[in-house]
Amino acid sequence: MDKLLDVKNLKISFNTYGGEVQAVRGVNFTVNKGETLAIVGESGSGKSVTTKALMQLLPKPHGFIKEGEILFEGEDIAKKSDKDMQKIRGKDISMIFQDPMTSLNPTMKIGNQIMEGLILHQKMSRDKARERTIELLELVGIPDAESRLKQFPHQFSGGMRQRVVIAIALACNPKLLIADEPTTALDVTIQAQILELMKDIQKKTDSAIIFITHDLGVVANVADRVAVMYAGKIVEIGTADEIFYNPKHPYTWGLLGSMPSLDNEGYELTAIPGTPPDMTDPPKGDAFAPRNDYALKIDEELEPPMFKVSDTHYAATWLLHENAPNVEPPESVKRRLKGISNTGSTPEVAKDGEQ
Amino acid sequence: MTTKEKLLEVKDLKQHFKVGRKGVVKAVDGITFDIYKGETFGLVGESGCGKSTTGRTIIRLYDATDGEVVFNGEDVHKVKSKTELKKFNRKMQMIFQDPYASLNPRMNVMDIIAEGIDVHGLAKDEKDRKQRVQQLLETVGLNKEHANRFPHEFSGGQRQRIGIARALAVEPEFIIADEPISALDVSIQAQVVNLMKQLQEEYGLTYLFIAHDLSMVKYISDRIGVMYFGNMVELAESDELYKNPLHPYTKSLLSAIPLPDPDYERSRRRIEYDPSIHNQDEDSEFREVKPGHWVRCTPTEFEQYKRELESK
Repeated sequence: MDKLLDVKNLKISFNTYGGEVQAVRGVNFTVNKGETLAIVGESGSGKSVTTKALMQLLPKPHGFIKEGEILFEGEDIAKKSDKDMQKIRGKDISMIFQDPMTSLNPTMKIGNQIMEGLILHQKMSRDKARERTIELLELVGIPDAESRLKQFPHQFSGGMRQRVVIAIALACNPKLLIADEPTTALDVTIQAQILELMKDIQKKTDSAIIFITHDLGVVANVADRVAVMYAGKIVEIGTADEIFYNPKHPYTWGLLGSMPSLDNEGYELTAIPGTPPDMTDPPKGDAFAPRNDYALKIDEELEPPMFKVSDTHYAATWLLHENAPNVEPPESVKRRLKGISNTGSTPEVAKDGEQ
Repeated sequence: MTTKEKLLEVKDLKQHFKVGRKGVVKAVDGITFDIYKGETFGLVGESGCGKSTTGRTIIRLYDATDGEVVFNGEDVHKVKSKTELKKFNRKMQMIFQDPYASLNPRMNVMDIIAEGIDVHGLAKDEKDRKQRVQQLLETVGLNKEHANRFPHEFSGGQRQRIGIARALAVEPEFIIADEPISALDVSIQAQVVNLMKQLQEEYGLTYLFIAHDLSMVKYISDRIGVMYFGNMVELAESDELYKNPLHPYTKSLLSAIPLPDPDYERSRRRIEYDPSIHNQDEDSEFREVKPGHWVRCTPTEFEQYKRELESK
């Protein structure tokens, strides 16, 4: 498959009065053309910061990329200047934000907001841009597009606004679409519509999507691959089936166990105890160890490397080491195991940057 | 089923808000339900369906436009005298949605939790007050030392625990929880829900649990009511509701929930709700299709639903 985006050892920090907050501490992942990668994790795990860095939207100057490369079609966009970035933003990479209520300009008509990108990036004439805008509004399922163009954001409902935001993001046929919790603020029925819309559009335009969310139900719906983030690191990455049916990292177990499914008669929800660590002073060893019932002694001393479970599945936990005791996942996770094999061989430490 | 004691009866409750000079928003338009002692009653629906308004009207944050709320045999909205009101307020407490906005940032945790204790004069002296607060903090899984801190020093999950401790301080019988977990992270949600369940067992509490996350509601509730545009469209025991949803809106709502299971998601079919399928010439009423299972329907639909249930 064609690699569209390749993020290598990305480290992002923020300078604050309390010291340097290490929000992202060495993240590696790739996104292929036409696929959906979901990034899940708690608030503060670094998922939003990672994607903001891709677009160079970190608040300057206190937020900065400390190390690492972001290769977009082979080019390192982390080092691009503001001016160069403006040509990429909205054209090759665009973003859908979480809150449709605040991500539109309240003083601009919807039509103009969508046309803006077309005129700027595609060098379209106003008339042509208008035509395309009507097309886009129809594509995202807004009826009566022609008269809707002349309306302001406050005349739209939350779901409709999110459709407008999606139309803006799609205007220039981006190769990569970043969706940062696009449905969190919406009702379930509207959420279902928006998700269907996004999948539908992806089929038509073949763009890649990075989907950030903390709702594992949504992940199961949209994702081809899933990356689980904790305390600024990816702790497990794999195909959706591998993450949901054969999770290896205790944090993934915890996340899956803390979500009720509709048929969990009599099963207790297993909460993950405690709270995420303070990132001004990341703990030595495995950051998840203090909240982890399965933590080993080594977790307190040494950070686990990425272990390769299969060609597509990696997890950073010492439990996969050959000398680790054989630990059974909790009941709630065991019920999920669908006998996806571990490809027979014992997991081994992944090579640097391999993922 | 053992005979259950009704703790709260809501009868034909209406809450209309004036909008501008002429307009009226019928946020809640005639809903009727009972809540039994010791149970958790879940109230679900989309934003704007009136579920929060229902909760707020029950606890008298709003004065009802019409209808009755009977708590322990007494009509809540008729209570007028100060002492009566005080007594009632002690029995019913509320946990709010936003743990960031619902705690006074200028008060320390001790005073926040003890406010109810002070109002009702529950503590004998300063020492007793302190002891009570410390005990409450431990009950909800916080430390005694937290009493001297301020809300901004806590995370969302911890704040919601403080909110719960505050509600528990006056030893209530009935707690209205209005979206208590929707502002929290998934892993923290489970902590708070488990805590609420454990407290219910220990103190024999009754909950009205308002939420839009149906899978969490199913997990915590004994019975569930589904609201749509100010009306209750279906009410049943939670298993019954999920196994045999009858009202098309309930079906559509259930079909829209994404579950953490890729295989299920690949095959999930969404049902859309079209309100125009109901025959407008016939009167819609809340009817009992099966003992304990109520649906809002017309007489024709009533027969149809009955057949649907029998064929299952």
